[in-house]
Amino acid sequence: MKSKNTAFIYTEDFLQYSFHEQHPFNQLRLLLTKELLESEQALTAEDIVLPKSYSEDLLLTIHAKEYIDIVKRASAEHPVSFESFGIGTTDTPSFPEMYDASFRTVTGSVTAAELVMSTQVNHALNIAGGLHHGFPDRASGFCIFNDIAIAIQYIREHYQAKVLYIDIDAHHGDGVQHCFYDDPNVCTVSIHETGRYLYPGTGKTGERGVKEGFGFAFNFPIDAFTEDDSFLETFSSIEEIAAYFKPDVIVSQHGADAHYLDPLTHLHCSLATFEEVPKRIHKLAHQYCQGKWVALGGGGYDIWRVVPRAWSQLWQIMNNRENFRGEISKKWLHKWQKQAPVPLPTTWEDQLEEYKPIPRHDEIVETNQRMTEQVMKFITNHKNE
Amino acid sequence: MLVKDIMKRDVITITEEDTVATALQLLQKHHIRHIPVIDEKKQVIGIVSDRDVRDASPSILDAERDETILTRSIKEVMTSPVVTTHPLEFFEEVATIFYQKEFACLPVVRNKQLVGMITEKDMLQTFIQLTGTHSPSTQMELKVPDRVGVLADVCQYFKQHHIKIVSVYGYPDPKTAGYKVLVFRIQTINPMPVIRAFEESEFDILYPYLEDQDEI
Repeated sequence: MKSKNTAFIYTEDFLQYSFHEQHPFNQLRLLLTKELLESEQALTAEDIVLPKSYSEDLLLTIHAKEYIDIVKRASAEHPVSFESFGIGTTDTPSFPEMYDASFRTVTGSVTAAELVMSTQVNHALNIAGGLHHGFPDRASGFCIFNDIAIAIQYIREHYQAKVLYIDIDAHHGDGVQHCFYDDPNVCTVSIHETGRYLYPGTGKTGERGVKEGFGFAFNFPIDAFTEDDSFLETFSSIEEIAAYFKPDVIVSQHGADAHYLDPLTHLHCSLATFEEVPKRIHKLAHQYCQGKWVALGGGGYDIWRVVPRAWSQLWQIMNNRENFRGEISKKWLHKWQKQAPVPLPTTWEDQLEEYKPIPRHDEIVETNQRMTEQVMKFITNHKNE
Repeated sequence: MLVKDIMKRDVITITEEDTVATALQLLQKHHIRHIPVIDEKKQVIGIVSDRDVRDASPSILDAERDETILTRSIKEVMTSPVVTTHPLEFFEEVATIFYQKEFACLPVVRNKQLVGMITEKDMLQTFIQLTGTHSPSTQMELKVPDRVGVLADVCQYFKQHHIKIVSVYGYPDPKTAGYKVLVFRIQTINPMPVIRAFEESEFDILYPYLEDQDEI
């Protein structure tokens, strides 16, 4: 293993995690991101690490045997439906190689975790991972196996490190929260659009963990149409949570669906949020964890205009480089514009063409501030004791 | 939903010979506000609330506190007779009793014997469950004309899109007479296809809500 700062976990086989042509979860975004980085000369063959092979027992650390077998059957018997396991639904229909593709995603995230924990690299990124809705016994919200929970469990079992999990996907990180809800060594933090209208509906401020894990789950449900300023203001609280929890490693999920162009959510952030958030996590990783940081992908359904830029910026920042500015590689635009159903952005910054001003801006900012105060009361009270 | 589905079965009880001090202790220890008073046949003969006990307790403002009050019997402070309910009663019936009589709790009695207790808190929890999130789902609201078969018509859309309904409730539209609002929780992270279908239908979709529609 080469000694380097940051690993990019990747194999073209990640793209086989594909439900069908019309499905909104489209891993072509992985290739788009990788090629964008290559076109910008920001990613070389040396940076790329293939996912290692692991025994299937890895899945059993989080998932029920019965469910794993169902996923195997769904792969073999496609098209097929096992509704009580969430397989064969509109969200997670069966597809051939479903099991292999899902398992590969998991090995990618575990590889990232292992490289970081064994200090072979400082940071590792697996943009194929971040499938935070997977539950131990069922698929949900495009997610089959929960690669995040498995990677965190791997860290717990092999390194006994305290894990701070940060989830910026527009949807609540329900599966990961569920898996570590009673665990005081894994602190889950999710910032997401309120579940009032958005899937999965959970992630309320009062969800704080149970038993030993009470006080180690934090949820920041922000209002629909939240913009950069308020998103980042809310995110600042995570710095306080890090100070309170003192993690040994950070695992972060970088869903890019809080962007205003995303078709599935109502948040209204721009690329600026996706430049700033990685910088802050990077800083926390060095401040508390000697740099140990495992970053993963997540949601993101505007795969042409949003995801490749957002995840490329993440990679830049993980590599301690300035984020990209100005024009986007002509080579990349030239190649992909032919296939894209929309005009691709030509600059790294959003030009805000389709940006709708939000008349309720001030009210939303205030609502989010009140919500944040409510969530942070736990730590504020803790300090005053 | 029936009372037996939501009532508490492990009930803390007291007898009429017990003292006010015992009641006070039980209320504090178990974080409850009411204790049914039963006889040797487990029949409910009274109920004692935290307020009954408080009223009987010496005031902290009294210069000389008469602690002997605490040795008085429950019989002297309890409320009797008691309104009770039955395990097979509908829960909304109990809600009506709570609302009309301003009670916060009812003993559940079957064959004259105490079998459970149902409190305002249990009732609220049931409402939260009925309207809330019990499995990952997306909320969607529709304004529909109040006519025969409208629910069936709306549900066809979900069926066609192969989306499971997690929960549903409806109420009369507060703004337009002759219309109802149906609130669904549907099991999908991607409601866009069904939303588009509803947008082309006769039904008004109240999702996603507009940026500035709050005219409270």
